[in-house]
Amino acid sequence: MNTEEARAAVVDALARIAPEADLDEVDAGGDLRSEIDLDSMDFLGLVEALAESTGVDIPEDDYREVRSLDGLVAYLVRRAA
Amino acid sequence: MTAVAETVQMTYREAIREAIRDAMRRDDRVFLMGEDVGPYGGGFGVSLGLLEEFGPERIRDTPLSESGFVGAGIGAALGGMRPIVEIMTVNFSLLALDQIVNTAASLLHMSGGQFHVPVVVRMTTGAGRQLAAQHSHSLENWYAHVPGLRVVEPATLADARGMLWTALQDPDPVVIFEHGSLYGVEGELPADAGPVDLDRAAVRRAGSDATLITYGGSLPLTLEAAESLAADGVSAEVIDLRTLRPLDTATLVASVSRTHRAVIVDEGWRTGSLAGEISATLMEQAFYDLDAPVQRVCSAEVPIPYARHLEQAVLPSVPRVLAAVREVLDGG
Amino acid sequence: MADYLMPSLGADMDEGTLIEWLVGPGDPVHRGQVVAVVDTSKSAIEVEVFQDGVVGELLVPVGTTVPVGTPLATILEGAAPLPGSAPEVTDESESPAEPEPEVTLPTEAVAMPTGAPPPPPARVSPVVRHHAHELGVDLATVRGSGPDGQPTRHDVDAAARAAQRLRVSPYARRRARELGLDPAIAAPGRPGGVVRAAEIEAAAAAKEKAERPAAAPPPATPAEAMRAAIGQLMARSKREIPHYYLQTSIDLGPAMRWLAEHNTGRPPSERIIPAALLLKAAALAVREVPDLNGFYLDSGFQRSEQIHLGVAVALRGGGLIAPAIHDADTLALVDLMAALKDLVSRARAGRLRGSEMSDPTLTVTNLGEQGAELVHGVIYPPQVALVGFGRVVERPCAVDGAVLVRPVTVATLAADHRVTDGRLGSRYLAALEARLTHPEAL
Repeated sequence: MNTEEARAAVVDALARIAPEADLDEVDAGGDLRSEIDLDSMDFLGLVEALAESTGVDIPEDDYREVRSLDGLVAYLVRRAA
Repeated sequence: MTAVAETVQMTYREAIREAIRDAMRRDDRVFLMGEDVGPYGGGFGVSLGLLEEFGPERIRDTPLSESGFVGAGIGAALGGMRPIVEIMTVNFSLLALDQIVNTAASLLHMSGGQFHVPVVVRMTTGAGRQLAAQHSHSLENWYAHVPGLRVVEPATLADARGMLWTALQDPDPVVIFEHGSLYGVEGELPADAGPVDLDRAAVRRAGSDATLITYGGSLPLTLEAAESLAADGVSAEVIDLRTLRPLDTATLVASVSRTHRAVIVDEGWRTGSLAGEISATLMEQAFYDLDAPVQRVCSAEVPIPYARHLEQAVLPSVPRVLAAVREVLDGG
Repeated sequence: MADYLMPSLGADMDEGTLIEWLVGPGDPVHRGQVVAVVDTSKSAIEVEVFQDGVVGELLVPVGTTVPVGTPLATILEGAAPLPGSAPEVTDESESPAEPEPEVTLPTEAVAMPTGAPPPPPARVSPVVRHHAHELGVDLATVRGSGPDGQPTRHDVDAAARAAQRLRVSPYARRRARELGLDPAIAAPGRPGGVVRAAEIEAAAAAKEKAERPAAAPPPATPAEAMRAAIGQLMARSKREIPHYYLQTSIDLGPAMRWLAEHNTGRPPSERIIPAALLLKAAALAVREVPDLNGFYLDSGFQRSEQIHLGVAVALRGGGLIAPAIHDADTLALVDLMAALKDLVSRARAGRLRGSEMSDPTLTVTNLGEQGAELVHGVIYPPQVALVGFGRVVERPCAVDGAVLVRPVTVATLAADHRVTDGRLGSRYLAALEARLTHPEAL
C-alpha cells in the first residue's frame, strides 16, 4: 500500500465515523481526538473500519503512534508493506 | 457590409410570415392555402410577398367556401402533403366544423390508426376591433373540447415564429389560433429564432400571492394588471397557457399550490368557457391548496357589440382583472 | 379494540410528529414490534406497540404533529379483517358485516389530508355517530353532555348549528389540520366571511404564545430544537430535584491493566473500551444501593427492579441524548460493550427506540478523554441519581505506603435528596470503587 492508498483508506474510514468533519481543515500532525472530537468509542470504530478495509490490525500498544492523521497514514504504509 | 444582428425587430405578423417561409423552405410538401392568401397577401397581411417567393402552386387562393377548401386541405394531407390551411377567422371556421371535427379529428380513430391527417389549420380569433357580433368570436374552447385535435395559441413573437414548424411535424391535426389584436405588435426576436415546443405553458411573470392564468390576446392586459398589482405590493404570477389542448395542468397546479389563489382571464364567454375547464381541474388537483374560490374574468354573456365603449365593457380588461384578484385575496 | 396513543418518550415531551408508518391497516402486530417513527424535538425515535393484534386504522397522517396521548392508530384484537375505513363504521359494537370499501393508506408524506375527519372519542353510539356524519359535524369538536362525557344527539345538533356559521377555505382547513388546530378557533377575516389560511396561522401563533409565555422564540434548526428541549429538561431538573453531590477518586490502575491484557491479541471488533467497564461497575454497584435506581413520581419514589442504565451520548454536531441499555447489570462485559457500540451508533443516526428513551432508571455520564476532571451532574427527571466519571488523569497516589503514578478518575454521584442522603450515596461510591478495583469480576 502506498501513501495515497493509505490516506484514502483513512479519509474513507473517518468519513464514516465523523461524517460532518472537514478533513481539509484538520491539522494532519495534530491529535485526532481533539481535532475531530473523537472519543475512545470513535477511535475504536476507526481502528475497526481500517482493519476491515486495509487488513491492518492496530493493537492497543500502537495507539500512541496513530494519534494523528499523518501518524495513521505512515503506520498503515509501514504495516501493509 | 453590415454585421450579423443578434436580434431582429419585427411584428407578430412578420414572425408568422417568417415561420411559413421557413417551413416552406425546409419541406417541399408544405404549402399554404386559404382565402386571399395569394396576390392579396392574406386577410391580415400574413402572406404578403410569399406568392412572389414560392409561386402559385405553393401559395394557393381558395374559393370562398370554408367547408370545401378545408376538406380539400384534409384530402391533401391524407395524400401526403403538409398543408397549412388558413381560415380567415374562427367565425368562418364554423362552416368547416364538420370537416375539422368529423373528418380531420376523427379519421385516425375511425381508421383504427391507419390514416393520420397531418393538417395545420391557422385561424385568427378574438375581438376588440369593432368587427361586431359575427366577426368577434373567441371559440378556442369549442376546438379544445374535441379529442383528436391539438390546439395552440401563440401570444408572443417567439411562439408565433416557432409553433408552426413543430405543428407541421405533428402527424395529426393542429389548430393554431392567432389573436387579431396581436398582429401589429412589435418586438425583438433572436436572429436564429426557431421552432418551439407545443407541450408546456409558460410562466411569463413569476409571483407568489396569486396565479393569473391566460392565453393569446389577453396576455398583454394580464401582464399589465400584474404590473399594477406589484405597485400595490401584490406579487402575481402570470401563466401563458400556450397549449389549450392538452392543457399543461402540471404547471398550473404547481403554481396554485404555491400561491393558493387563482384567477383565469379568458376572452371566451363565461358559460362553458375554457376558464371553467381550468377551474374544475384546479379544484380537482389543487383543492387543498386553495385559499379562495377560483375567479374567472371572461366576456360578458352577450353577442360582442359593435360600439367601441360597449365592446370594451364586455371584454376582459385590466380593471376587471384587478377586481378579481382583490376578490381572491380578501373577498368572501 | 384499543387505541395506540402517541407515547411520551421523555419527561419533557409534549408532542411528537409522526414521520413514518411502518405498518398499515390489516397488518398483524405483536408486543414490542416497532410500528412507526416519531420525531421529537431531540431526535427520531422508533416507537413500539405493546399489545398483540391487528392494525385497524391509521388515524394520524404522516407529517402531523400531535400531543402526547393522541390516538395514532386503532389496534384490533385477533386477526379478523377490518370492517371498513370510515370512523363511524369501526365502533366496537358493530359486527363486521359492512362491505369493505377502498382504504387509502397514508404511507407517504402527505401534502393534503386523506379527507377523513379526526377520530371521534372512543365511545360514541352508532346513532349519534351517523347523525354527526349526516350533519357534517366533526365529533372531535363536540362537548359531550352524556354519561362519561359521551356526545349525545342534542350535542351534535348544537354543534351543527354553531358550525353552520363557519366557512373555512380548503387550504385553511388543511393548515388547521397540519397545525393540530380546530378551525373553529379562528375567526373569519370579516363577520360572516370565510376563514382563510392567514387567520389559521394567526390563531396558531396566538395559541402558542398564550401557552408558552416564557418560551424562547421557536428554534430555527433541529440542533436548536434539541438544545431547547435539553434546556427545558435541565431547568425542570434543577427546579424540582434537590440535588446533593458526592465525589471520590478511583485508582483505575487494575482496571486499565486488565483491559490492556484483555485487548492484547484481540481484533478491534472484540476490544473493550474503558467506558464499558465503568458502565458495568456503575450498574452492579447500584444493586447494593437500590434507592438510587428508579423514578420519582407524583406518588413518591418507585424503585425499579431492573437496572436500565442510561448512557449519556454526545451527538456529533451538538446535543446530548441518554438512552438506556436494558438490564445492564445482567450483561456480560463483552455483551455490554456490544450493546454500547450499537446504542451509540443508533443514537448518532437518530434511530433509537421508544423504550430506550423512556426506560433509563439511572444514568451515567462519562466525559471521556477530552473532558474535565470532574462532573457535577444534573439528574434526568424522573430518575433520582446521575453517576459521573471525569477524565482519566495520571496522578501520584499512595499505594502500600509508596508514592506511585496511577491513572485516576474522579467518580461523582449527583442524587435526589428526597430519596437518599449522603450516607447511602457514599455507600454507592464505595461499591463502585470496589467493583473497579476487581475488573476481572465485572
